Amino acid sequence: MEFSEHIKTANVEDVVLQQPLHPPSKGTLCITSHHLLFSDREERSGRQVLLLLRNIDAVEKRATESSGTLVIKCKDLRVLQLEIPGMEQCLNIAQSIETLSCLDCVAEMYPFFYRPSNASLRDQWGLSTPERHYTEMEALHGRWRLSTVNQDYSVCPSYPPAVIVPKAIGDDALKKAAKFRQGGRFPVLCYYHRKNGTVILRSSQPLAGANRKRCIQDELLLQAAIEGSDKGYIIDTRSAQQAQQARMMGGGFESKSCYSGWKRLHRHMERGKTLQESLIKLVEACGDKSPNMDRWLSKLENSKWLSHVQTALSTAGLLAECVERDGRSVLVHGSEGTGSTLLISTLAQLIMDPSCRTLEGFLTLLEREFVQAGHPFQQRCSHSAFSHARLQQECPVFLLLLDCVWQLWYQFPLALGFSEALLLRLATEAYSSDYGTFLCNSDMERCALQVKGKTHCLFRVLLKPREREQYTNPLYEPNELAIWPSVHPQSLQLWRGFFLRWTQQTHHLELVQEDIRNMVIEWGKLALS
Amino acid sequence: MEYIRTPKVENVHLLGRSKGQRKASVGTLYLSATHSMFIENNPETRKETWEAVNPLGEGRRDADLEKLGGEEFGDDGVERRTEVHEQDPRVLHSMVSSVERLPTTPAGCQLILRCKDFRIFQLLIQQEKDCFDVHTSLLRLSRPEKYSELYCLSFNPNINKEERQESWNFIDLMADYKRMGVPNNLWVASAANSDYRICETYPSELFIPKSATPTVILGSSRFRSRGRFPALSYFHHDTLAAVCRCSQPLSGFSGRCQEDELMLQAVMKSNPGSAYIYVVDTRPKLNAMANRAAGKGYENEDHYTNIKLHFIGIENIHVMRNSQQKMIDVGEMRSASMTDFLWGLENSGWLKHIKAILDAGVFIAKAVADEGVSVLVHCSDGWDRTAQACSVASVLLDPFYRTIKGMMALIERDWVSFGHKFSHRLHERSHSVWPQLWKDRADFTNPLYKAEQSQCQGVLRPNTTPYCFKMWKGLYNYVERSTPPYQSPADLLSAVREESQQLEEELTNHQERITVLTGKPIMWEKVVVKRRTPHVQQRHCGPDPTTTYTIPVTSPAQDHRSFVPANQNAKVKDPALSLPLGQTIQVKHLNTDDISISSDLESGVADLSSRSSSAGEECKDPETYVLDFTTG
Repeated sequence: MEFSEHIKTANVEDVVLQQPLHPPSKGTLCITSHHLLFSDREERSGRQVLLLLRNIDAVEKRATESSGTLVIKCKDLRVLQLEIPGMEQCLNIAQSIETLSCLDCVAEMYPFFYRPSNASLRDQWGLSTPERHYTEMEALHGRWRLSTVNQDYSVCPSYPPAVIVPKAIGDDALKKAAKFRQGGRFPVLCYYHRKNGTVILRSSQPLAGANRKRCIQDELLLQAAIEGSDKGYIIDTRSAQQAQQARMMGGGFESKSCYSGWKRLHRHMERGKTLQESLIKLVEACGDKSPNMDRWLSKLENSKWLSHVQTALSTAGLLAECVERDGRSVLVHGSEGTGSTLLISTLAQLIMDPSCRTLEGFLTLLEREFVQAGHPFQQRCSHSAFSHARLQQECPVFLLLLDCVWQLWYQFPLALGFSEALLLRLATEAYSSDYGTFLCNSDMERCALQVKGKTHCLFRVLLKPREREQYTNPLYEPNELAIWPSVHPQSLQLWRGFFLRWTQQTHHLELVQEDIRNMVIEWGKLALS
Repeated sequence: MEYIRTPKVENVHLLGRSKGQRKASVGTLYLSATHSMFIENNPETRKETWEAVNPLGEGRRDADLEKLGGEEFGDDGVERRTEVHEQDPRVLHSMVSSVERLPTTPAGCQLILRCKDFRIFQLLIQQEKDCFDVHTSLLRLSRPEKYSELYCLSFNPNINKEERQESWNFIDLMADYKRMGVPNNLWVASAANSDYRICETYPSELFIPKSATPTVILGSSRFRSRGRFPALSYFHHDTLAAVCRCSQPLSGFSGRCQEDELMLQAVMKSNPGSAYIYVVDTRPKLNAMANRAAGKGYENEDHYTNIKLHFIGIENIHVMRNSQQKMIDVGEMRSASMTDFLWGLENSGWLKHIKAILDAGVFIAKAVADEGVSVLVHCSDGWDRTAQACSVASVLLDPFYRTIKGMMALIERDWVSFGHKFSHRLHERSHSVWPQLWKDRADFTNPLYKAEQSQCQGVLRPNTTPYCFKMWKGLYNYVERSTPPYQSPADLLSAVREESQQLEEELTNHQERITVLTGKPIMWEKVVVKRRTPHVQQRHCGPDPTTTYTIPVTSPAQDHRSFVPANQNAKVKDPALSLPLGQTIQVKHLNTDDISISSDLESGVADLSSRSSSAGEECKDPETYVLDFTTG
């Protein structure tokens, strides 16, 4: 396909741009296959706006006879307004944006064209691999092994080629267990708690169905995971009722009689459409400029977003509590095992494991628990809060994760090695990016498209010295203890840095962070000299 | 003292706020003429104080208490440090806002003390009679009937008369007026109220428009509620516009007063740049209209030719008080859902009031700074909402009021001097709080404040869109305050700043020495910057997990109940994490002759979190960024 056939008007002069935090400016608008480019006409200002078309969530047209106005709403919640002389040009631009911002074909997306001068496609891609993860955790080698049963992605299309499973379970048994789990996601180890040797496993729901089917290999696998220790817990991210209902659709849960070594806990977490609608309502509330306090608070409440944050953090707290305080191994799953499951296993690791709280550690955790573990980014992040398109698979699970991490950061400002700026950057990159990191829905898809050979890796870039500086937390103190978040509603906050990102207030917050950084750097220099 | 029916009750249980969360401590309750005090029996746990349920980490230092403070070993055998040395074990009677006696139960009789700073103490007294006596005594003691019963009159720190007199001169309002550029050719000092002749709630020294004659002042004063005639609150020397204050006019439905009209004219004339003034009535318009029926009301624009009337809609103290009680309840809600919380927050209306006051300040500041128009502010009596609006406007207009000293001057001017001026008559017998606060100012300093920063200069223009307001956690978040202190970036930054300054001084010293010794300046090698903070004591214990993450009854809740407390994992692997907090910044004691100063600095800020961190939470907010003080 040629991008040019979607671009009827490539350049328009005398366009007036209004964007948050800046005065309006007049200049030239240019549409390319992947970007919207605006250059200020005032030479000395030299201001340019380069926006990935993929970042645009919605375009609203307001046309009069002689000119038109485009309101461009981005996935990073920025809202731009373009006044374009000439109605026809305006409509052409709008049409180009609408088409080019929602290309379905992954191989045509910008990461495959992005070639920065200071990086080579031969640079190392990614931070770690399942193999390395396994090698690093020597303590578990006695009872756990690395299985390559999925090396051609035939057992589980959404798993990476190598996974960690109990030593006692052979690959054949894994294949059978996989058939008993939705999408082939059989239970695998995702976290080993050094302090007491307990583990977190994750999977999808068992396909017990209405007839209460069993799978002996699945039962043996789970039994082997807790061999010789106390009962394990299964945290099901659905309510008991939902889990029951899932049986009618061929899914289900681990029954007490078949999995006697395990005890189920149900925690209802919202998913899918409900979460997406919650995000839409919250963003709508944040865009409301009405001075009415009651209206704001009731809209905030009505969006339920903070309730979802509270539920996610408290479920993760429960998981961490089972592992760290109660010394039990835990299996986590919901239905597909690619959304809320990953959300809480990631948060729990952050709460318990100090090595996840450094910049590298956190990115490695995301790479392992979200990217490699098969969170379908492509489907979940294709649209954000402004889109008028009919909802399909969109769901802001990853954004919810970042919000929860921000709550941790807010409650423990010295405990995390990365900054709020990193969370904001990730929230943007997940929806539209120059890099290949969040492309596709699984390792298998990325492999088929040769993402690792044809795009650059975001995580690698974030760790380069210059970027790294702004993404580290200057106040960070390494700390061995678990960080137990308070989940009282009084302790949770709206993540202003993201949801009110384009307001003056948030800009002030950023300046404060900058100042803190400078103070600490200054102090470091003095202390060393 | 005759009101104390029983000076001492033994075997009193001090209960935690929510049952089962904390063990009650047993001790003796003492009532003195000025304070109640609870001393715990068990000498080993040494919780001699109210601290067991005191969520505030109140920062009053007291020499006696230093002795009481010390290490404490919690149930889990993990070293924890109490805040005892920071806290007053006593509760001042005048701090008590209500005492409630619950019905007697077989276990005894419960008393609930609610303090004005939102602390709550729950006491279980075994004998009903003792409880009755304590209750009656406290009821009387907490409500002084005469000024002479006030604690501040018997408070006697060890200073002589001169020092006491000096303490009252610490904040010199006349100096602040002078700083504003007053008196000048527009505003002059008036002796009209000397000896509080015209208005006994006004200061004796105040500033009025130059053209206002004594007759006009007197007439205007008679036409204003409680005689509170228009007087200067703040003069903006850049625009020559002024903020003035008064009380409502006694206009009723049709009354008018020529002198009062002339007075407002005079206010306008004292601003050469403008042909009118704003009269800001901070009340809701409906309230102002209702007041007309009582012979009061607001200015009739037909009578006052050059005014523009503007209503703001700040609610009265009765509405505020109810609202604040609801806000306190919201802060104390336990195991509430997010919906309950947000609904409660909305229902309290508290943020609405905060917004209204800020809106008033923004309106006044804009008029003065942007339009160059003077503003006359009033409400009903002109000492509650008017004081709020004028003070906020001053903070927005003038960077000086964003410093600690400036804030003190502002409170002294808008609240103390224009309020009940009784304190003046009591100077001989009491002390001023400002010198003490100034002495402790290091505790209140905002480490991010830099006077030279552009953001800290000029007029502040806060956004008052509803989403900019949130609950003040430090004051109202009871549930979080009752859990161990969280990490405080403010404390860390304060220490960082202090240490940086010291290091800088030392560096300069060393460079000078080296220059002297070697005869040539030394060039420091450029080094890679790396954090060298010593290990800050972490208090990573979140809330009690059994209630927080709500393990259901059907689940292994029983197992969880036996969980060891939060700090189990604080069994510190890295010995550095258990640094005793008592260490002070050692840089101070370093031998300046030693050029290799770095090795000792590891422990430099080890005591960062030894202070309760309720103050720190807010420092991340831009609102406090421009202020020289913290909100703790």
